[in-house]
Amino acid sequence: MIQALALQGIQGLLVIALAPLVTGVVRKTKARLLLRRGASIFQPYRDLLRLFRKESVLAHNASWLFQAAPYLVLAFTWVAAALIPVLAFNLPLGPGADFIAIVGLLGSARFVLALAGLDVGTSFGGIGSSREVMIASVGEPAMLMLIFSLALVAGSTQLSVIAAFTQSPAVGLRISLGLALLGFIMVAIAENGRIPIDNPATHLELTMVHEAMVLEYSGRHLALIELSTFLKLLAYLSLIASVFLPWGIPPTWAGGMQLASALGLFLAKVLGGAVLLAFFEVSIAKMRVFRVPQFIGAALMLALLAGLLRLVSQSF
Amino acid sequence: MIIAALLASVALLLGISLVALAVAGRRQAGVVVYGATAVACAVAVAAAAVGLAGNQAIEFHLPIGLPWTGAHFRLDALSAFFLIVVNLGGMSASIFGCGYGRHEIAPQRVLPFFPAFLAGMNLVVLANDAFSFLLAWEFMSLMSWALVMSHDREPDTARAGYIYIVMASFSMLALLLAFGILAGPDGNYAFDVMRAHGAAQGSAAIVFSLVLLGAGSKAGLVPLHVWLPLAHPAAPSHVSALMSGVMTKVAVYAFIRIAFDLMGPLDWRYSVIVIGLGGVTAVMGVLYALMQHDLKRLLAYHTVENIGIIFTGLGLALAFRANGLTAAAALAASAALFHVFNHSVFKSLLFFGSGAVLASTGTRDMEKLGGLIRVMPRTATGFLIGAAAISALPPLNGFASEWLTFQAIFLSPALPQWGLRFLAPAVGAMLALAAALAAACFVKAFGVTFLGRPRTPAAETAVETDSMSLAAMFALAGLCVVAGIVPGFFTNALGTVSHMLTASEMPHQALVALGTPLLPSLGNPNSYSGLMVAGLLLLAGTVTYLAVRTFANVATRHSLAWGCGYPDTSRNSQYSAESFAQPIRRVFGTLAFDAREEVFMPPPGDVGAAKIHVTLRDPAWDLLYAPPASAVAFIADRLNVLQFLTIRRYLSLVFLALVLLLTVLALWV
Repeated sequence: MIQALALQGIQGLLVIALAPLVTGVVRKTKARLLLRRGASIFQPYRDLLRLFRKESVLAHNASWLFQAAPYLVLAFTWVAAALIPVLAFNLPLGPGADFIAIVGLLGSARFVLALAGLDVGTSFGGIGSSREVMIASVGEPAMLMLIFSLALVAGSTQLSVIAAFTQSPAVGLRISLGLALLGFIMVAIAENGRIPIDNPATHLELTMVHEAMVLEYSGRHLALIELSTFLKLLAYLSLIASVFLPWGIPPTWAGGMQLASALGLFLAKVLGGAVLLAFFEVSIAKMRVFRVPQFIGAALMLALLAGLLRLVSQSF
Repeated sequence: MIIAALLASVALLLGISLVALAVAGRRQAGVVVYGATAVACAVAVAAAAVGLAGNQAIEFHLPIGLPWTGAHFRLDALSAFFLIVVNLGGMSASIFGCGYGRHEIAPQRVLPFFPAFLAGMNLVVLANDAFSFLLAWEFMSLMSWALVMSHDREPDTARAGYIYIVMASFSMLALLLAFGILAGPDGNYAFDVMRAHGAAQGSAAIVFSLVLLGAGSKAGLVPLHVWLPLAHPAAPSHVSALMSGVMTKVAVYAFIRIAFDLMGPLDWRYSVIVIGLGGVTAVMGVLYALMQHDLKRLLAYHTVENIGIIFTGLGLALAFRANGLTAAAALAASAALFHVFNHSVFKSLLFFGSGAVLASTGTRDMEKLGGLIRVMPRTATGFLIGAAAISALPPLNGFASEWLTFQAIFLSPALPQWGLRFLAPAVGAMLALAAALAAACFVKAFGVTFLGRPRTPAAETAVETDSMSLAAMFALAGLCVVAGIVPGFFTNALGTVSHMLTASEMPHQALVALGTPLLPSLGNPNSYSGLMVAGLLLLAGTVTYLAVRTFANVATRHSLAWGCGYPDTSRNSQYSAESFAQPIRRVFGTLAFDAREEVFMPPPGDVGAAKIHVTLRDPAWDLLYAPPASAVAFIADRLNVLQFLTIRRYLSLVFLALVLLLTVLALWV
């Protein structure tokens, strides 16, 4: 029990420590693919440190909500990321939140951030918040349909149970799982504001969503928000790693060797995911904001199809 | 004993209402009336809680009403639960009213009806025969109508009152016919008799549709919802809270009482209608809400959405029950009932918040507000908690009950009927859509009203509301948090109700161990623990805060807003409610409301303002209500000529009518 709790704690610290690295790898790979040298993969850590060392500039009319929002957003995102089983299943806090609750926690983070975007009363904050909630309003039903089709396949919405099912040899190749994975990746891209939905590197006024929302932040507040953004990307990558590719994750605490191998595999999976994301991002152009619902609508259809196939026959 | 206490508190409410009639003009009348109402409601809450825990059906007979039947009352688990909802709402609205009532221009138009309205709702829930039920139902409708009309000089009130009274009469008529059929050929109106023989085979479909029409129009099911967003906002805010948070629940009670209890076992096909209507209502309600910029009307449309969620849960319960899956039915019913409770709490809270804003700024148009978090910080905090709760965000109570509804949907593959198996996940996606849109809508409602810069001087100079109003809001906000963190306590309390409706209940949730997760059904591996999530959030937030305080630079400089280097000082350059919802209007509104945008750009050289004109059409109104309304108007117009005839023509009309009647009689007999 003590070991399991410790493992839960390690998992929580691991995700927050690892999150900037994942984004660093994405950025580095993108730069290399564009024939630039790019900053070191550790640059996000340096950025965070620099921001934490700077003073924070607040608009005169910023309210308490504006100052509290970065802490709230980080807390919501961190808890969501920490509850995804990546080092071992069936950890003691696992029953606290199933797949829906984890998506809900990420939704809470978005709610707070969208409010913070409106707080100072600049039009950029408004445009960011307004678009963010529009994207979320199509992304969330798609996500729920995905969870539903996964629950149909695995018989549960609990991540440990789904992962234990996909890990079992009985699964094999399944069309429904494949469709769900594809849909999940599309929703994950939209939720994280990656190309083609939003460009995390842009500061061109009319094309940004997330960046417009957090435009008024600086110093430690901005650092916390950046860290939450990194964490959210890692959370989605680890969801894919533990739901669709759960190999190497022990069912519970099983000694140091198991832990080391689980850790190594987890690193390989998320960093591999980061590299693939970079490949995807450089090979596609950003789409107009009103094309986004169609993109996510496709994910919703994939999820529906996965669910229907599964309803029709147990073997799909 | 318990039921006597309940009836005594109803009598007390009616008594207060009579006293209020006499003293309404006095200066301190408001505090006295609301204080006494709060006490009566508190007594009723306590008695109903004892009744819910005791779980025994207690009947009571009073020799009033129809001479040959009298009035029957009954307290069972279902009515006890709804009495708690009604009186908890009544109590908080009365406490809020103690402070808010001071802003009332015409207290004599509110004070006498307020306790009477509560008494009416209590009597509906307590009634055990159709006559008392309908009498109480009509009393409740009329009292609330009087309250809606209390600000009769305001522009939209007359129309709101007119549509409300028409719809209320319609719902009464539907229920009257439903009870008429249920009473059978011997015409026995006691619920016990109806329960004993259930709905006859042939008439079940008619009774069910009548109940759906009668209770559904009172609750606000799409497309019968049209009166609700007009009437609820027109009333004073604490009455809006009662109408939206509580009276719609009385309608839900009527549906449950008749469809689950009196009609006996129902075929699974009926559940399809309820589930489908629930899903459509949830999505349409929130889409309507997104298009509003009147704060109270937006909240009223959200009631429509939440009624959709509740009916989806009830429909699922009917479907599972019809197939003998009692554990799943218990889960769905508990989810719906828990949502009934939760919605009554956060909707009252939100209406109180909007009332405080209205009292302080004199407007409920969000486009004229903004920046209120700085002048009304406490109201803003209360409203924020309510907004997060209704948006189904963990760890608050809205999420807990929606989570349970989703868990019930996840059990739908066990159903044998293909139609239901396909319908349930589709409705699940609709509920998820509604939840996401609700979050969007409350980002808009809170963001435009309380955040940003004040858009008018009235918003700039607003002051924090009084302590009684704040007390009512924070009590409800506390309930939102508690019900979100320990939902197990509430589902346990609902066990007896669920047992009565579905012959089963959710597994008893152990509350002793810290953070015991909520388990939807036996053998189900899924779980959610509000306490654990809240604890972790607190831990993560504290750790972050302390770490930042210790290691980071905590210096803060205040400056102008950055705004990409071009901070626009004009208040109107902020995002408005209209512009915030524009992307969603473009994505969903073109389909749902046939939304069109026309942009008028001034020609080059002209310095006039560009204009955007948005037209929305309400499909329910255009398709269902406008044609009969215009037909009635047309006929009335034509019949108008009969008003200006000579006496000879009137006499010949009378003669013709007499001849016609005699002919009919001759042919008939």
